Amino acid sequence: MVNRSEFMIEAKDLVYNYPGEEETSFPALSGINLAVRRGEYLALLGPNGSGKTTLMKLFNALLVPSEGEVRVGGISTADEDKTAEVRRYCGMIFQNPDNQLVATTVEEDIAFGLENLALPPAEIQKKVIAVARMLGLEQLLQQPPHMLSGGEKQRVAIAGVLAMQPRCILMDEPTAMLDPAGRHDVIETVRQLNRDQDIAVVHVTHFPEEAVFADRVIILNQGRLVMQGRPQNVLSDIPLLYSLGLQGPAAAELAALLRKDGFNLPPQLIHSRELVHSLCSLEPKS
Amino acid sequence: MSRSITLGQYFPGQSLVHHLNPRMKLLSLLLVLALLFSLQSYAGLVVLFFIALILITTTRVPFRYFLRGLRPILYIALFALIIYFFFTSGGVVLLRVGFITVESEGVREGTFIILRLVTLVFYSLLLTLTTTPLSLTYGLSYFLKPLRYIGMPTEEVAMIMAIALRFIPTLMEESQRLMRAQVSRGADFESGSIFRRAKSLVPLIVPLFVGAFRRADELALAMEARGYRIGARRTRMYEDSIAPRDWLILAVLLVLLITSVYLGF
Repeated sequence: MVNRSEFMIEAKDLVYNYPGEEETSFPALSGINLAVRRGEYLALLGPNGSGKTTLMKLFNALLVPSEGEVRVGGISTADEDKTAEVRRYCGMIFQNPDNQLVATTVEEDIAFGLENLALPPAEIQKKVIAVARMLGLEQLLQQPPHMLSGGEKQRVAIAGVLAMQPRCILMDEPTAMLDPAGRHDVIETVRQLNRDQDIAVVHVTHFPEEAVFADRVIILNQGRLVMQGRPQNVLSDIPLLYSLGLQGPAAAELAALLRKDGFNLPPQLIHSRELVHSLCSLEPKS
Repeated sequence: MSRSITLGQYFPGQSLVHHLNPRMKLLSLLLVLALLFSLQSYAGLVVLFFIALILITTTRVPFRYFLRGLRPILYIALFALIIYFFFTSGGVVLLRVGFITVESEGVREGTFIILRLVTLVFYSLLLTLTTTPLSLTYGLSYFLKPLRYIGMPTEEVAMIMAIALRFIPTLMEESQRLMRAQVSRGADFESGSIFRRAKSLVPLIVPLFVGAFRRADELALAMEARGYRIGARRTRMYEDSIAPRDWLILAVLLVLLITSVYLGF
């Protein structure tokens, strides 16, 4: 597939109303202009009901915009004949790991998307093994999904998307139902794919710590794009985050409290390591 | 607990029976069953019975699995045995208690029926114990394919069955979790009359159904996101191939069936 623009996903003047809810005070999404660049890691934050999931569904052609346009790899998602291409280009991972695995074994689940593309069996087998090796799932290929841990299930889901060789992965709170170890595994897997294979990631999350590593952070509220920028700028703005009912990363919150107590800390601290470093290099009070 | 849930009765192995094509296995079973019912002679039945025993040993499935499979037919067998023993006349009188007699013809026919029943169960178990539920499903759906022409969505039905198989353990886990949650709040599922117990299941079934519907909704979305489309052509990762030995077995069975019918073994 040839992609003429440098953008993976482009949303122009996007408005979306859920059918039957046109009368509500504000549409699910309105006035969204957004472009995801090749290989970019984009984190999407926002309180419940801010339209994050709706936006992801629009990016995957599960929903079609009420107004405006979404282009994925240059293809408009309103073009029904090309929906399959859009979804191959841009895979999606959902929140509940149990409800997105279809097949009775891991390998057949990874193969599910490829089977839908009607590829020959030999090619499917080759690709499944290659993807499983890449994500370290070889040992689990014959396992049924209900025997896996939450983190493993999400990694199988990622493998299933990855097998289709997408240029972009959409993740809708993929770690919300996982324990810390599973969360770490999933995030590491995705960051590695983003780094090594130049796959763009759009990551919806409730955990500000997960947004710290993004190239760009976007905040949605009541269906509108409230703020976007580098994580240092957005995630260190504790008053703004609080006003939306969100939290900042632990380091940023602590730094804000310390500044209030008169500590002379540099602005834009979001990484714990940076905070430790600047605390250690403070001049001792005489 | 959830780890001990086995789907169907599949027992993994590497034997010839395991590796036969599921479709052909189904057809072969059908032929064997037809053969069992066309056989009239003890000799033929005993041969089939011993072939079943030999096949069972090659699969290395523990024999108790087969014995366990006999349990549901125990009463039917017992009933048949009594009927034949006491009510079939002919041959020599073996036992006389009051006005009831057991005659040799009855014993002969009774054992014949039992042996046929046992052999039948053994062959059926040979199929279900050596084939995964999923391949059985796909095997069955293959034979339903002609129904496509009268508008039956056979591929979709196969997909539905496969998904049902996938979600049985998940739903079992969920029902156990719900049950524990209710018990921890004082629910009692074990005592009381049948009606009481049935009634106490209501707070279990309602959330289970609600959960299942929500799951179905999300799963449909996930499948669509991965490019699944109803009616679209799909392939399978493992397309089952039919080997020459599958044809050979089928041919042998067919020949046996025809000869037994014609010659009246």
